[in-house]
Amino acid sequence: MNEYTYPIILGILVGTALRVFMLRTDYRQYPTYLHGKIIHLSLGFIAAALGTIAIPSIMEKEFTAVTFLTLAASQFREVRNMERNTLTEMDSYELVPRGNTYIEGIAVAFESRNYLVIFTSFVVTLCYLALNVWVALGAAVICFLLSGMLMSGSKLSDIVTVEEKSISFDGAGLYVDNIYIMNIGLPERQEEILKYGMGFVLTPKEFSVRSTIANLGQRQAILHDVSVTLGVFRDSGTPALVPLIKRDLNDGRIGVFILPQEKDSKRAKEIIEHVPVLENAIQMPSKKGRRKHS
Amino acid sequence: MKMEKAILASVTTQENKVHGSAAVFKCETKEEMEAVAANLEAILDGIAHALSDQLYIIVKH
Repeated sequence: MNEYTYPIILGILVGTALRVFMLRTDYRQYPTYLHGKIIHLSLGFIAAALGTIAIPSIMEKEFTAVTFLTLAASQFREVRNMERNTLTEMDSYELVPRGNTYIEGIAVAFESRNYLVIFTSFVVTLCYLALNVWVALGAAVICFLLSGMLMSGSKLSDIVTVEEKSISFDGAGLYVDNIYIMNIGLPERQEEILKYGMGFVLTPKEFSVRSTIANLGQRQAILHDVSVTLGVFRDSGTPALVPLIKRDLNDGRIGVFILPQEKDSKRAKEIIEHVPVLENAIQMPSKKGRRKHS
Repeated sequence: MKMEKAILASVTTQENKVHGSAAVFKCETKEEMEAVAANLEAILDGIAHALSDQLYIIVKH
Protein backbone atom coordinates (compact mmCIF):
# COMPACT_ATOMS: atom_id res chain seq x y z
CA MET A 1 0.00 0.00 0.00
CA ASN A 2 1.28 3.45 -0.84
CA GLU A 3 -0.20 6.88 -1.45
CA TYR A 4 -1.35 5.83 -4.93
CA THR A 5 -3.31 2.71 -3.97
CA TYR A 6 -6.68 4.30 -3.24
CA PRO A 7 -6.62 6.75 -6.15
CA ILE A 8 -5.78 3.87 -8.51
CA ILE A 9 -8.53 1.67 -7.10
CA LEU A 10 -11.06 4.50 -7.38
CA GLY A 11 -9.98 5.32 -10.94
CA ILE A 12 -10.30 1.72 -12.08
CA LEU A 13 -13.64 1.25 -10.32
CA VAL A 14 -15.16 4.38 -11.81
CA GLY A 15 -13.84 3.56 -15.29
CA THR A 16 -15.16 0.00 -15.22
CA ALA A 17 -18.50 1.19 -13.84
CA LEU A 18 -18.73 3.65 -16.72
CA ARG A 19 -18.18 0.83 -19.20
CA VAL A 20 -20.98 -1.17 -17.55
CA PHE A 21 -23.21 1.92 -17.72
CA MET A 22 -22.55 2.27 -21.45
CA LEU A 23 -23.03 -1.45 -22.16
CA ARG A 24 -26.73 -1.82 -22.63
CA THR A 25 -28.44 -4.58 -24.55
CA ASP A 26 -31.34 -3.00 -26.32
CA TYR A 27 -33.60 -3.70 -29.27
CA ARG A 28 -30.58 -3.76 -31.52
CA GLN A 29 -29.90 -7.13 -29.90
CA TYR A 30 -26.24 -6.50 -29.50
CA PRO A 31 -24.27 -7.60 -27.58
CA THR A 32 -26.80 -10.19 -26.58
CA TYR A 33 -24.74 -12.89 -25.00
CA LEU A 34 -22.75 -13.16 -21.86
CA HIS A 35 -19.49 -13.82 -23.69
CA GLY A 36 -19.80 -10.70 -25.79
CA LYS A 37 -20.39 -8.73 -22.63
CA ILE A 38 -17.41 -10.24 -20.87
CA ILE A 39 -15.12 -9.22 -23.73
CA HIS A 40 -16.26 -5.63 -23.47
CA LEU A 41 -16.16 -5.52 -19.70
CA SER A 42 -12.60 -6.88 -19.66
CA LEU A 43 -11.49 -4.37 -22.25
CA GLY A 44 -13.23 -1.66 -20.26
CA PHE A 45 -11.27 -2.74 -17.20
CA ILE A 46 -8.00 -2.61 -19.13
CA ALA A 47 -8.90 0.84 -20.47
CA ALA A 48 -9.70 2.04 -16.95
CA ALA A 49 -6.37 0.70 -15.65
CA LEU A 50 -4.43 2.41 -18.44
CA GLY A 51 -6.11 5.75 -17.84
CA THR A 52 -5.54 5.52 -14.12
CA ILE A 53 -1.88 4.48 -14.19
CA ALA A 54 -0.93 7.46 -16.36
CA ILE A 55 -1.25 9.93 -13.48
CA PRO A 56 0.99 8.21 -10.87
CA SER A 57 3.60 7.57 -13.56
CA ILE A 58 3.74 11.26 -14.43
CA MET A 59 3.99 12.12 -10.73
CA GLU A 60 6.88 9.71 -10.34
CA LYS A 61 8.54 11.41 -13.33
CA GLU A 62 8.25 8.18 -15.36
CA PHE A 63 7.27 10.02 -18.49
CA THR A 64 7.96 7.11 -20.79
CA ALA A 65 5.10 5.25 -19.13
CA VAL A 66 2.70 7.51 -20.99
CA THR A 67 3.64 5.69 -24.18
CA PHE A 68 1.39 2.97 -22.79
CA LEU A 69 -1.50 5.08 -23.98
CA THR A 70 -0.41 4.67 -27.60
CA LEU A 71 -0.51 0.95 -27.00
CA ALA A 72 -4.04 1.40 -25.75
CA ALA A 73 -5.01 3.27 -28.89
CA SER A 74 -3.89 0.46 -31.16
CA GLN A 75 -5.49 -2.08 -28.84
CA PHE A 76 -8.86 -0.39 -29.09
CA ARG A 77 -8.63 0.07 -32.81
CA GLU A 78 -8.51 -3.70 -32.77
CA VAL A 79 -11.82 -3.64 -30.88
CA ARG A 80 -13.36 -1.78 -33.78
CA ASN A 81 -12.04 -4.37 -36.23
CA MET A 82 -13.34 -7.18 -34.05
CA GLU A 83 -16.83 -5.69 -33.89
CA ARG A 84 -16.86 -4.97 -37.59
CA ASN A 85 -15.80 -8.48 -38.51
CA THR A 86 -18.26 -10.19 -36.19
CA LEU A 87 -21.20 -8.08 -37.28
CA THR A 88 -20.36 -8.36 -40.98
CA GLU A 89 -20.14 -12.13 -40.66
CA MET A 90 -23.50 -12.30 -38.92
CA ASP A 91 -25.11 -9.82 -41.29
CA SER A 92 -25.19 -12.19 -44.23
CA TYR A 93 -27.53 -14.46 -42.30
CA GLU A 94 -30.04 -11.79 -41.36
CA LEU A 95 -33.32 -11.72 -43.27
CA VAL A 96 -33.01 -7.95 -43.38
CA PRO A 97 -29.32 -7.07 -43.00
CA ARG A 98 -28.01 -4.18 -40.96
CA GLY A 99 -25.88 -2.81 -43.77
CA ASN A 100 -22.25 -1.73 -43.64
CA THR A 101 -22.92 1.85 -42.58
CA TYR A 102 -24.82 0.73 -39.50
CA ILE A 103 -22.13 -1.83 -38.64
CA GLU A 104 -19.40 0.77 -39.00
CA GLY A 105 -21.36 3.08 -36.71
CA ILE A 106 -21.66 0.39 -34.04
CA ALA A 107 -17.96 -0.51 -34.34
CA VAL A 108 -16.91 3.12 -33.97
CA ALA A 109 -19.15 3.48 -30.92
CA PHE A 110 -17.47 0.47 -29.27
CA GLU A 111 -14.02 1.93 -29.86
CA SER A 112 -14.91 5.40 -28.66
CA ARG A 113 -16.51 4.08 -25.47
CA ASN A 114 -13.14 2.70 -24.40
CA TYR A 115 -11.55 6.12 -24.91
CA LEU A 116 -14.26 7.67 -22.76
CA VAL A 117 -13.36 5.14 -20.07
CA ILE A 118 -9.65 6.02 -20.30
CA PHE A 119 -10.46 9.72 -20.10
CA THR A 120 -12.77 9.26 -17.09
CA SER A 121 -10.26 7.17 -15.12
CA PHE A 122 -7.55 9.69 -15.95
CA VAL A 123 -9.60 12.65 -14.70
CA VAL A 124 -10.85 10.86 -11.58
CA THR A 125 -7.35 9.77 -10.49
CA LEU A 126 -5.96 13.21 -11.25
CA CYS A 127 -8.64 14.87 -9.10
CA TYR A 128 -8.04 12.41 -6.25
CA LEU A 129 -4.27 12.92 -6.23
CA ALA A 130 -4.24 16.65 -6.89
CA LEU A 131 -7.20 17.57 -4.66
CA ASN A 132 -9.18 15.02 -2.64
CA VAL A 133 -11.57 12.08 -2.87
CA TRP A 134 -14.74 14.23 -2.87
CA VAL A 135 -13.63 16.24 -5.87
CA ALA A 136 -12.75 12.92 -7.55
CA LEU A 137 -16.26 11.59 -6.93
CA GLY A 138 -17.75 14.84 -8.26
CA ALA A 139 -15.59 14.51 -11.37
CA ALA A 140 -16.83 10.92 -11.77
CA VAL A 141 -20.46 12.08 -11.73
CA ILE A 142 -19.73 14.79 -14.30
CA CYS A 143 -17.93 12.24 -16.51
CA PHE A 144 -20.95 9.89 -16.32
CA LEU A 145 -23.32 12.66 -17.37
CA LEU A 146 -20.97 13.78 -20.14
CA SER A 147 -20.58 10.24 -21.47
CA GLY A 148 -24.34 9.75 -21.41
CA MET A 149 -24.70 12.91 -23.46
CA LEU A 150 -21.91 12.03 -25.89
CA MET A 151 -23.17 8.52 -26.50
CA SER A 152 -26.74 9.46 -27.40
CA GLY A 153 -26.82 10.62 -30.99
CA SER A 154 -29.81 12.15 -32.70
CA LYS A 155 -32.88 10.23 -33.81
CA LEU A 156 -34.74 10.30 -37.09
CA SER A 157 -37.63 12.21 -35.50
CA ASP A 158 -35.21 15.14 -35.08
CA ILE A 159 -34.73 15.48 -38.82
CA VAL A 160 -37.84 14.10 -40.52
CA THR A 161 -41.59 13.84 -40.03
CA VAL A 162 -42.97 10.32 -40.31
CA GLU A 163 -46.47 9.71 -41.70
CA GLU A 164 -48.25 6.49 -42.45
CA LYS A 165 -49.43 6.30 -46.06
CA SER A 166 -51.44 3.71 -47.91
CA ILE A 167 -49.79 1.25 -50.28
CA SER A 168 -51.32 0.59 -53.67
CA PHE A 169 -50.68 -1.09 -57.01
CA ASP A 170 -50.82 0.62 -60.35
CA GLY A 171 -50.67 -2.34 -62.70
CA ALA A 172 -47.65 -4.27 -61.43
CA GLY A 173 -46.02 -1.23 -59.84
CA LEU A 174 -46.11 -0.97 -56.05
CA TYR A 175 -46.49 2.54 -54.66
CA VAL A 176 -46.27 4.04 -51.19
CA ASP A 177 -48.28 7.24 -51.47
CA ASN A 178 -47.00 8.35 -54.89
CA ILE A 179 -43.46 6.96 -54.53
CA TYR A 180 -42.69 4.01 -56.79
CA ILE A 181 -41.20 1.07 -54.89
CA MET A 182 -40.92 -1.95 -57.19
CA ASN A 183 -42.58 -4.12 -59.81
CA ILE A 184 -44.44 -7.13 -58.42
CA GLY A 185 -45.76 -9.36 -61.19
CA LEU A 186 -47.67 -12.18 -59.53
CA PRO A 187 -51.23 -11.45 -58.35
CA GLU A 188 -50.82 -13.67 -55.28
CA ARG A 189 -47.70 -11.77 -54.20
CA GLN A 190 -49.60 -8.53 -54.70
CA GLU A 191 -52.37 -9.79 -52.43
CA GLU A 192 -49.85 -10.78 -49.76
CA ILE A 193 -48.21 -7.40 -49.97
CA LEU A 194 -51.52 -5.54 -49.68
CA LYS A 195 -52.45 -7.74 -46.73
CA TYR A 196 -49.21 -7.56 -44.75
CA GLY A 197 -47.43 -4.50 -46.08
CA MET A 198 -47.33 -1.04 -44.54
CA GLY A 199 -46.15 2.22 -45.98
CA PHE A 200 -44.58 5.29 -44.41
CA VAL A 201 -43.36 8.49 -45.93
CA LEU A 202 -40.49 10.39 -44.33
CA THR A 203 -40.46 14.08 -45.18
CA PRO A 204 -37.21 15.96 -44.48
CA LYS A 205 -37.56 18.96 -42.19
CA GLU A 206 -34.79 20.91 -43.90
CA PHE A 207 -32.66 20.83 -47.01
CA SER A 208 -29.47 19.32 -45.53
CA VAL A 209 -31.38 16.31 -44.30
CA ARG A 210 -32.27 15.18 -47.81
CA SER A 211 -28.87 13.66 -48.47
CA THR A 212 -28.73 12.08 -45.01
CA ILE A 213 -31.94 10.11 -45.45
CA ALA A 214 -31.06 9.37 -49.06
CA ASN A 215 -27.95 7.52 -47.84
CA LEU A 216 -28.39 3.83 -48.62
CA GLY A 217 -26.86 2.80 -45.29
CA GLN A 218 -29.29 4.99 -43.36
CA ARG A 219 -32.20 3.51 -45.30
CA GLN A 220 -31.03 -0.03 -44.60
CA ALA A 221 -30.73 0.84 -40.90
CA ILE A 222 -34.40 1.92 -40.86
CA LEU A 223 -35.47 -1.35 -42.50
CA HIS A 224 -33.34 -3.43 -40.15
CA ASP A 225 -34.59 -1.75 -36.99
CA VAL A 226 -38.24 -2.08 -38.02
CA SER A 227 -37.78 -5.72 -39.03
CA VAL A 228 -35.97 -6.62 -35.82
CA THR A 229 -38.63 -5.08 -33.64
CA LEU A 230 -41.82 -5.98 -35.49
CA GLY A 231 -40.68 -9.15 -37.21
CA VAL A 232 -40.63 -9.57 -40.97
CA PHE A 233 -42.98 -11.42 -43.30
CA ARG A 234 -40.45 -13.11 -45.52
CA ASP A 235 -38.17 -16.10 -45.85
CA SER A 236 -35.10 -17.00 -47.84
CA GLY A 237 -36.26 -17.84 -51.34
CA THR A 238 -38.97 -15.18 -51.41
CA PRO A 239 -37.07 -12.23 -52.77
CA ALA A 240 -40.29 -10.53 -53.87
CA LEU A 241 -41.25 -10.03 -50.23
CA VAL A 242 -38.55 -7.61 -49.33
CA PRO A 243 -38.91 -4.39 -47.35
CA LEU A 244 -37.63 -1.49 -49.44
CA ILE A 245 -37.11 2.24 -49.30
CA LYS A 246 -37.22 4.41 -52.39
CA ARG A 247 -36.78 8.09 -52.84
CA ASP A 248 -38.94 10.72 -54.45
CA LEU A 249 -36.42 12.59 -56.59
CA ASN A 250 -38.56 15.71 -56.78
CA ASP A 251 -38.63 16.64 -53.14
CA GLY A 252 -36.28 14.24 -51.32
CA ARG A 253 -39.02 12.42 -49.41
CA ILE A 254 -38.46 8.71 -48.92
CA GLY A 255 -41.11 6.04 -49.08
CA VAL A 256 -40.65 3.17 -46.62
CA PHE A 257 -42.31 -0.10 -47.50
CA ILE A 258 -42.21 -2.71 -44.74
CA LEU A 259 -43.66 -6.16 -44.19
CA PRO A 260 -44.01 -6.55 -40.43
CA GLN A 261 -45.19 -9.72 -38.79
CA GLU A 262 -47.10 -7.61 -36.33
CA LYS A 263 -49.11 -4.93 -38.10
CA ASP A 264 -49.13 -2.16 -35.53
CA SER A 265 -48.88 1.19 -37.25
CA LYS A 266 -48.45 3.24 -34.10
CA ARG A 267 -45.49 1.17 -32.94
CA ALA A 268 -43.96 1.04 -36.39
CA LYS A 269 -44.10 4.83 -36.57
CA GLU A 270 -42.47 5.10 -33.15
CA ILE A 271 -39.70 2.71 -34.15
CA ILE A 272 -38.94 4.61 -37.35
CA GLU A 273 -38.81 7.84 -35.36
CA HIS A 274 -36.31 6.29 -32.94
CA VAL A 275 -33.91 4.93 -35.56
CA PRO A 276 -30.52 6.53 -34.87
CA VAL A 277 -29.20 8.99 -37.43
CA LEU A 278 -26.00 7.26 -38.51
CA GLU A 279 -22.87 9.34 -38.04
CA ASN A 280 -21.54 8.23 -41.38
CA ALA A 281 -24.71 9.25 -43.19
CA ILE A 282 -24.79 12.81 -41.90
CA GLN A 283 -23.97 15.40 -44.51
CA MET A 284 -24.30 19.10 -44.20
CA PRO A 285 -24.31 20.69 -47.64
CA SER A 286 -25.87 23.88 -46.26
CA LYS A 287 -22.79 24.49 -44.08
CA LYS A 288 -20.90 25.33 -47.22
CA GLY A 289 -20.87 29.10 -47.52
CA ARG A 290 -22.33 30.48 -50.69
CA ARG A 291 -19.74 32.15 -52.84
CA LYS A 292 -20.33 35.82 -53.40
CA HIS A 293 -20.61 36.83 -57.02
CA SER A 294 -18.93 40.12 -57.70
CA MET B 1 -19.00 -14.80 -59.60
CA LYS B 2 -21.96 -13.01 -58.11
CA MET B 3 -24.59 -12.15 -60.68
CA GLU B 4 -26.50 -8.97 -60.26
CA LYS B 5 -29.63 -8.00 -62.13
CA ALA B 6 -29.91 -10.77 -64.67
CA ILE B 7 -32.98 -12.03 -66.47
CA LEU B 8 -33.11 -15.71 -65.57
CA ALA B 9 -36.19 -16.62 -67.57
CA SER B 10 -39.15 -15.11 -69.34
CA VAL B 11 -42.70 -16.46 -69.28
CA THR B 12 -45.07 -15.36 -71.99
CA THR B 13 -48.27 -16.11 -73.82
CA GLN B 14 -46.98 -14.38 -76.95
CA GLU B 15 -43.85 -16.15 -78.04
CA ASN B 16 -43.01 -13.70 -80.81
CA LYS B 17 -42.46 -10.96 -78.19
CA VAL B 18 -39.39 -12.56 -76.60
CA HIS B 19 -36.01 -13.63 -77.93
CA GLY B 20 -32.57 -14.04 -76.47
CA SER B 21 -30.39 -16.22 -74.35
CA ALA B 22 -32.63 -16.52 -71.27
CA ALA B 23 -35.01 -19.47 -71.14
CA VAL B 24 -38.42 -18.68 -72.61
CA PHE B 25 -41.51 -20.47 -71.30
CA LYS B 26 -44.45 -20.39 -73.67
CA CYS B 27 -47.84 -20.65 -71.98
CA GLU B 28 -51.36 -20.98 -73.34
CA THR B 29 -53.32 -18.92 -70.83
CA LYS B 30 -52.71 -16.10 -68.39
CA GLU B 31 -53.43 -18.45 -65.44
CA GLU B 32 -50.85 -20.94 -66.66
CA MET B 33 -48.35 -18.11 -67.11
CA GLU B 34 -48.91 -16.95 -63.53
CA ALA B 35 -48.52 -20.47 -62.17
CA VAL B 36 -45.30 -21.04 -64.10
CA ALA B 37 -43.94 -17.65 -63.03
CA ALA B 38 -44.78 -18.36 -59.38
CA ASN B 39 -42.98 -21.69 -59.54
CA LEU B 40 -39.96 -20.23 -61.29
CA GLU B 41 -39.80 -17.42 -58.77
CA ALA B 42 -39.51 -19.91 -55.93
CA ILE B 43 -37.09 -22.20 -57.76
CA LEU B 44 -34.74 -19.57 -59.13
CA ASP B 45 -34.84 -17.29 -56.10
CA GLY B 46 -35.71 -14.37 -58.32
CA ILE B 47 -38.60 -11.93 -58.56
CA ALA B 48 -41.36 -12.23 -61.15
CA HIS B 49 -41.84 -8.82 -62.76
CA ALA B 50 -44.72 -8.09 -65.11
CA LEU B 51 -43.73 -6.15 -68.20
CA SER B 52 -47.19 -6.48 -69.69
CA ASP B 53 -50.20 -8.75 -69.32
CA GLN B 54 -48.61 -11.20 -71.70
CA LEU B 55 -45.03 -11.14 -70.44
CA TYR B 56 -43.35 -11.89 -67.12
CA ILE B 57 -39.62 -11.94 -66.52
CA ILE B 58 -37.85 -13.61 -63.61
CA VAL B 59 -35.03 -11.36 -62.45
CA LYS B 60 -32.22 -12.10 -60.04
CA HIS B 61 -31.58 -9.05 -57.87
